[in-house]
Amino acid sequence: MDISQYLILSAILFTVGIFGVFLNKKNIIIILMSIELMLLAVNINFVAFSIYTNDMVGQLFSLLILTVAAAEAAIGLAILVIYNRNHKSIAVEDVSTMNG
Amino acid sequence: MLITNLFFYIFSIITIASACMVIAGKNPVHSVLFLILCFFNAAGIFLILGAEFLALILIIVYVGAVAVLFLFVVMMLDVDFTRLRAGFLAYLPIGGLIGFIMFIELVLVLGTWNLDLNLPLSNGLTSDISNTRALGNIIYTEYIYFFQLSGLILLVAMIGAIVLTINHKQTAKRQNIFNQVTRDPKESVKNVNVKPGQGI
Repeated sequence: MDISQYLILSAILFTVGIFGVFLNKKNIIIILMSIELMLLAVNINFVAFSIYTNDMVGQLFSLLILTVAAAEAAIGLAILVIYNRNHKSIAVEDVSTMNG
Repeated sequence: MLITNLFFYIFSIITIASACMVIAGKNPVHSVLFLILCFFNAAGIFLILGAEFLALILIIVYVGAVAVLFLFVVMMLDVDFTRLRAGFLAYLPIGGLIGFIMFIELVLVLGTWNLDLNLPLSNGLTSDISNTRALGNIIYTEYIYFFQLSGLILLVAMIGAIVLTINHKQTAKRQNIFNQVTRDPKESVKNVNVKPGQGI
């Protein structure tokens, strides 16, 4: 199989993730999920290149991306939970009141 | 080869369709469930590629931990999600334009560049050891600092999440560890001479 099929799949997935960030501008949970989709697309790219160039480092970096994605989801959702506790809403357009 | 192609197309079509459902769903719970489906099919694509360790890690970590964490939060937060969907289509033109341009650019890149894909095996990857062993061969030797760093990132994330969400109630009674540890028998135990028939 050709590598370009995997790359096109990952390009489509990345674009869907960007769409998700734009379309659901108010719903931060969907934005976080879109970020996960984008990271998944990047992972597919890394693994495809790792296999087709016979180099394990791509898979190693994919593993590190997985780690960072898990950390990011945990912190993001924790921030979301305390924001919801204080404001009784998760509308992100008035999230700028958090500063200062 | 044909069956591989067939499975690749099945997995990738379901991946993309469920990714679209993630961003277009009305109910965030449905979005999370479609995200899980998307991760499952991506794991299938990893298996087709031959990265079986990452495929199973994707299922364990993403589906088992991250997606379930999303599910917990979505169900725990009692939010009016219909109000958050207001203006869903307002950003469609600009988002569509930017996404379309990005997609075209990403595909155009594929057509123009030329990579020599017949490289020799490198970095501990030989054809007769398993994928997991090959990954272990480099992760604990050559890239040990990356491994340690990812552990540190996870530690920081864990501490951060705990510190952010901890909720100390002032009325709750708590242990005072310092007082407990610094007690000594001379102060806390005393002899009382109890007279018969009286008690203390």
